[in-house]
Amino acid sequence: MRNREATQLIFELSQPGSGEEYLPAVGVSEVELASLLPAEELASHLPPLPEVSEPVLIRHFINLSQQNMSVDTHFYPLGSCTMKYNPKRNDRLAQLPGFQNLHPYQPEDTVQGLLKALHCLQEMLAEIAGMDAVTLQPAAGAHGELTALLIAAAYFRHRGEHRNTVLIPDVAHGTNPASAAMAGFRTVEVKSNAHGLVDLDDLQGKLNHQTAVFMITNPNTLGLFETQIRRIADMVHEVGGLVYMDGANMNAMLGIVRPGDCGADMMHFNPHKTFSGPHGGGGPGAGPVAVKKHLADFLPIPVIMERSPGRFVLDDNRPLSIGKVRSFYGNIGVLLRAYAYIRTQGPEGLSRVSQRAVLNANYLLSQVRNIIPVPYGTRCMHEFVASALKIKTSRGISAMDIAKRLLDYGFHAPTVYFPLVVKEALMIEPTETESKATLDAFVEVLRLIMQEPAELVHEAPHTTPISRPDEVQAARKPILKWTPVERSSAG
Amino acid sequence: MAYLPQTEHEVRAMLAAIGVPDVDSLFAAIPPDLRLKRSLNLRPALSELELTQHLEELASENQATHQFTCFLGGGVYDHFIPAVVDFVASRSEFYTSYTPYQPEVSQGNLQAFFEYQTLITQLTGMDVSNASLYDGASALAEAVLMALGAQAGRRRVLIPENVHPEYRAVVSTYLQHVAADIVVLPAPEGVLQPQTLHHALEQGDTACVVIQQPNFFGCVESAGRLAEATHQAGAILIAVIDPISLGILRRPGDFGADIVVAEGQSLGLPMMWGGPYLGILACRETFLRRLPGRLVGQTVDRRGNRCWVLTLQTREQHIRREKATSNICTNQGLMALRATVYLAAMGPRGLRRVAEACFQKAHRLHRQLCEDAGFKPLFSAPFFKEFAVQAGSSDEVAALLEGAEHEGFFAGLPLGRWYPQHGDAFLIAVTEKRTEQEMDHLVTILNNLRQTR
Repeated sequence: MRNREATQLIFELSQPGSGEEYLPAVGVSEVELASLLPAEELASHLPPLPEVSEPVLIRHFINLSQQNMSVDTHFYPLGSCTMKYNPKRNDRLAQLPGFQNLHPYQPEDTVQGLLKALHCLQEMLAEIAGMDAVTLQPAAGAHGELTALLIAAAYFRHRGEHRNTVLIPDVAHGTNPASAAMAGFRTVEVKSNAHGLVDLDDLQGKLNHQTAVFMITNPNTLGLFETQIRRIADMVHEVGGLVYMDGANMNAMLGIVRPGDCGADMMHFNPHKTFSGPHGGGGPGAGPVAVKKHLADFLPIPVIMERSPGRFVLDDNRPLSIGKVRSFYGNIGVLLRAYAYIRTQGPEGLSRVSQRAVLNANYLLSQVRNIIPVPYGTRCMHEFVASALKIKTSRGISAMDIAKRLLDYGFHAPTVYFPLVVKEALMIEPTETESKATLDAFVEVLRLIMQEPAELVHEAPHTTPISRPDEVQAARKPILKWTPVERSSAG
Repeated sequence: MAYLPQTEHEVRAMLAAIGVPDVDSLFAAIPPDLRLKRSLNLRPALSELELTQHLEELASENQATHQFTCFLGGGVYDHFIPAVVDFVASRSEFYTSYTPYQPEVSQGNLQAFFEYQTLITQLTGMDVSNASLYDGASALAEAVLMALGAQAGRRRVLIPENVHPEYRAVVSTYLQHVAADIVVLPAPEGVLQPQTLHHALEQGDTACVVIQQPNFFGCVESAGRLAEATHQAGAILIAVIDPISLGILRRPGDFGADIVVAEGQSLGLPMMWGGPYLGILACRETFLRRLPGRLVGQTVDRRGNRCWVLTLQTREQHIRREKATSNICTNQGLMALRATVYLAAMGPRGLRRVAEACFQKAHRLHRQLCEDAGFKPLFSAPFFKEFAVQAGSSDEVAALLEGAEHEGFFAGLPLGRWYPQHGDAFLIAVTEKRTEQEMDHLVTILNNLRQTR
């Protein structure tokens, strides 16, 4: 099925002279470039971009698209990524010309409709978080983490406190320690206990007057709710630290429990997960940050405010602000989809989203654990982590083998080898938008795979366009761009 | 149509299989005193029709650039987007997939990102490009961090005042907790004078110099001479560029930039009031291991087929955690795809034509305003598609822009917000979309407004 347009790179399909004309001739009286620009700053030749006709271009990219699995085509239980179905209305409405064609520097009075939606989104996120103030500016979850940690640093600086340590559980996403390092903090890892939750003794031993922030993902990456969260927050607050909640897994708790009520001082949302922004092959996301009142003055500028009833402004005059974390105001296209999603769910709908996400995950857990052991817990929140360790030991079939074999059956693989505390981890998050029939089919395929000859599973996938790429070679001799083949002069 | 696919019957069957009486029992791990005892205080749910009417109404309360004529720039431009860009980017298989963790079922994304990386190197003349970052401003902050990392012991970061003010603000935010000193260089004539840079470099200790080509005021810098001076002092040159300008101007790789940063919005992304955008970051091979973000590399599969994978991941947060080159997780996938399709669709001659149209039209309007209508240009330096003109005072700037707005024109960007010394000036950008009629109309409006004052 793979034709030339799919296997060749756009550069190899290039036919000089075949480029499409998308623009008319310039149409104004022209002057010689060299008379108005310094000769040494002019290009001596055109950039060597490919030249393709429109039919070739379309056939190439549509063929490429067909080599992807996606939520619209396949079950995609990639743990911690919340690959739920995105209602199409949200995409259509976010692309209304009255939103899409707005320049970020046009006067405030000409974008009041948009500001009204964004201001309302700030308020809705604050309510869902159980917090007081929100910035929509960060471009992604990791960017939200960085923003929140800079807010924490500014808060302590303002109070004249020197705190340089961020505590992070060993099951946390890698972005947590990386964000802490970028914000100038030293990181200390906190161990998990035998139940997969934060080890309170270990935490207690590591908390001190140097502690700035404890970052916690709740539910954690094992899909478990940190039952001691209130106690943890109290412990951190007792030494004068702040609690940051990574909102990556908010899909489990909308309208059921609020981070602010658990003692968190700040958190970020992932609208591209929880509020159904499309994942776009890796982005764009967004990373709004919600904070309690004592941190509100430190939010990035500008903040959208309702100055008088129905009149919205961008407030730049905030002397304690950490400044700007990106240009302009945020990933508006993603935020509008989040707004549309929350408005169509309403309070009951949002709670039902989490109930169904947790129901689906627990149903899948109840079936999968009969096939592959799930080391932590008989119940979970939105996701759970199975371990292929036993079958690895007995038959040599690894988590990666199972993941690859699932692809043959038309299922995207779970997240593998994360979190690190589970050996041969398969992290499975079904989300609320999968039917029982899909989950049952997935379980049947898992059962089948376990009975298949080991070699067959080792060599999977068998039906995909490619199989088991050599990643070692890719890293050892990096080829990061296409280069034209040198023509031999000897002919 | 239901968003949630489970029927009540199925829900009961699932609960029975789990062995709990009701859905609420699944939340037993949450201490009761932490549970929210009420509904969220949100407005009731809207149907799709009601949502559509609501958002159409909000959209209509904005004055968008399809109703207004846009001469606004400052890093975001009203360029034409060919239909193929929207068409490809709206394919579900691109739109609803995620980071290519499973290369066997992600070759479409991986190959597209490999093509993106190649196109960016072709466009900029650099050795390598990553698979994209959030936006131009955060890409610059990442580039400065790369340069500081490569120049251990050197602390100074030189940035002229004609680099985008918001980019400079973001760099300051990112460097708050880094041992570095940002030195802002004056550029009273619009461009950075090579002797100003020479002088600043004489003090030593400079890790990197940031220039913007064309700069925030639209002026074309003596990039080659600035690169030479930077390298003589052993510093790294970071160039912020406008991708469209490379249809005319010398590529940063050819004038000596070591790291190149750009906002990719011009390459087929809607303006969308500031995002999502595309952070372009490319560099010389020397800095490869310091690059932040995703990288796609070519390899072969077990059957010997050429294919693509995420590579050099030991730079990244999921492996290196606190020692990673950055905290960034994914790239800006869909936006990178848009830029890929745009560049492939335009090709070298299409890019040249866009650049020439911007250049010629901007210069026509400049002649009309400054030679015929008597506006004074703020700077005399050569420019590409954007230029600043002076009015009598900041009040007059406000009155002109407001008056033009009443006539359906976003006539320009007042500079006083960032440059008090230029409070009497505003910045005008002209893209290939602007017509002779629109420009003539703008000149008439501004003339009339001036005369009635």
